[in-house]
Amino acid sequence: MVDLSVSLSGLTLDNPIIPASGCFSYGREFADLFDINILGSFSFKGTTKEPRLGNPTPRIAETQSGMLNAVGLQNPGIDMVVKNQLAYMDRYFHKKVIANISGFSIEEYIYCTEKINNIEQVGIIEVNISCPNVYGGGIAFGTDAKSAAEVTRAVKAVSKKPVYIKLSPNVTDITEIAKACEDAGADGLSLINTLLGMRIDIKKRKPLLANKTGGLSGPAVFPIALRMVYQVYEVVKIPIMGMGGVSSAADVIEMMMAGASAVQIGAATLKNPYICKEIIEQLPIEAEKLKINSLKDIIGVAHI
Amino acid sequence: MAEKYTIISNTRIAKDIYEMILGGSTEKITNPGQFINIELDGFFLRRPISVCDITDSGNMVIIYKLFGDGTHYMSTLKEGTVLDVLSGLGNGFDIAKSGDKPLLIGGGVGVPPLYMLAKKLIAERKIPSVILGFNNADEVFYKEEFEQLGCKTLVATVDGSIGIKGFVTDAIKEFDYNYIFTCGPLPMLKAIYNNTEIDGQYSFEERMGCGIGACMGCTCKTQNGYKRICKDGPVLRRSEILW
Repeated sequence: MVDLSVSLSGLTLDNPIIPASGCFSYGREFADLFDINILGSFSFKGTTKEPRLGNPTPRIAETQSGMLNAVGLQNPGIDMVVKNQLAYMDRYFHKKVIANISGFSIEEYIYCTEKINNIEQVGIIEVNISCPNVYGGGIAFGTDAKSAAEVTRAVKAVSKKPVYIKLSPNVTDITEIAKACEDAGADGLSLINTLLGMRIDIKKRKPLLANKTGGLSGPAVFPIALRMVYQVYEVVKIPIMGMGGVSSAADVIEMMMAGASAVQIGAATLKNPYICKEIIEQLPIEAEKLKINSLKDIIGVAHI
Repeated sequence: MAEKYTIISNTRIAKDIYEMILGGSTEKITNPGQFINIELDGFFLRRPISVCDITDSGNMVIIYKLFGDGTHYMSTLKEGTVLDVLSGLGNGFDIAKSGDKPLLIGGGVGVPPLYMLAKKLIAERKIPSVILGFNNADEVFYKEEFEQLGCKTLVATVDGSIGIKGFVTDAIKEFDYNYIFTCGPLPMLKAIYNNTEIDGQYSFEERMGCGIGACMGCTCKTQNGYKRICKDGPVLRRSEILW
């Protein structure tokens, strides 16, 4: 029997598989398809203080081995999420959930954190400082080490839950920002958010996305995400949730060997809503082939 | 799990238009106007295609237009190929709301879901009239199929190469109707909306991510707030549409 369990800041997960924010809504649609209690956890849709309508459509464009999205943080606002989603979540999900929050000012991050503080089901707060699709939607904090540290410090000061900062790959040196967040008290890090990209409709001679640019995700970004997790693991001691193009059990193992303590699955979930279930079923088989007894043993083993 | 469907046939039926017959479970298709989401080798996103018909022998018929690389690839698939499909997606048309004289208006690849709808309406003794809009005679398909159901069917083509010259809205006055069902390109839906006060249901198209309501990729603004075309749609009631 392979031990799939992993630990994030004192929270034990049955397995490292976590659907990524923005690809799993608040879980309900997937609970109709399979028992989502098999998941390690899931990170719910990025939520802000105020309700947000998001960007105009088209918001989605296909790419080679991936996709662009420019949804623009559409969400009903934290108060409605607490009232309409979190209040009923335990009916279909009995584990701790990861609360992904976004903001346009430090005050908004604090507001969301305080709203979530007393909700039993939230195990971790994941602070998105890296949405590339909204001007000021966190990205302004995520591309500068000083601002990233400032948000981290502010959220940590009020949070009763472990705080993970979700980092942007659209920076010169992700390790510098990772270190700044760790120094400011972050309990862990999530990386990577999407990479800023673009497509043009050559018949219409116009950008495909109404927002012009969007975030690239899917298998195309996996090597970049893996490299960044590997680099960040070298410079921080706090746990990392690795994500970016992970699509198979082998990818999960590879991401953990680079240094991830848990792994989020994003775009692959949009292509195949059952992918997390399939990966969880495949993980012990893949691990056994590689003579892995416990997934905890392989975290960061690729570092020499 | 996603379901497996086997291609029984994949035939060109008009210029750039293909009809594919699939063998597999049809039990999740509860309403006309619902769609399936097909995985294609080498393409990241699935292709959402509306269901045209469930045949008497229990096969599913879909019709698609060559639009980009994905649909071109689809057109090369041979019979016997097995496809990974998510079925029964979207709300579909609600025939209970229809009057006894429904008018069905389809434009281009908006025509297919109206075929299954026509059959369902006829089963409810609500005999529909049909307007089919195309660019030109080469693109026309399913005119005979609707006629064989006993529907009065008019074709409108933009260049006048067959049927009424002009748009579907130029044919509307030919009919006595008390309800509208329509599916087609956005400008057509808008023209119909502005042409008639009669109540109805409009099926919309949007680029989708997941197709199951999770990613907010295909959201549109309605009178009743934001709706996901893939999950809360693709069919919207006239009263909730915001242009």
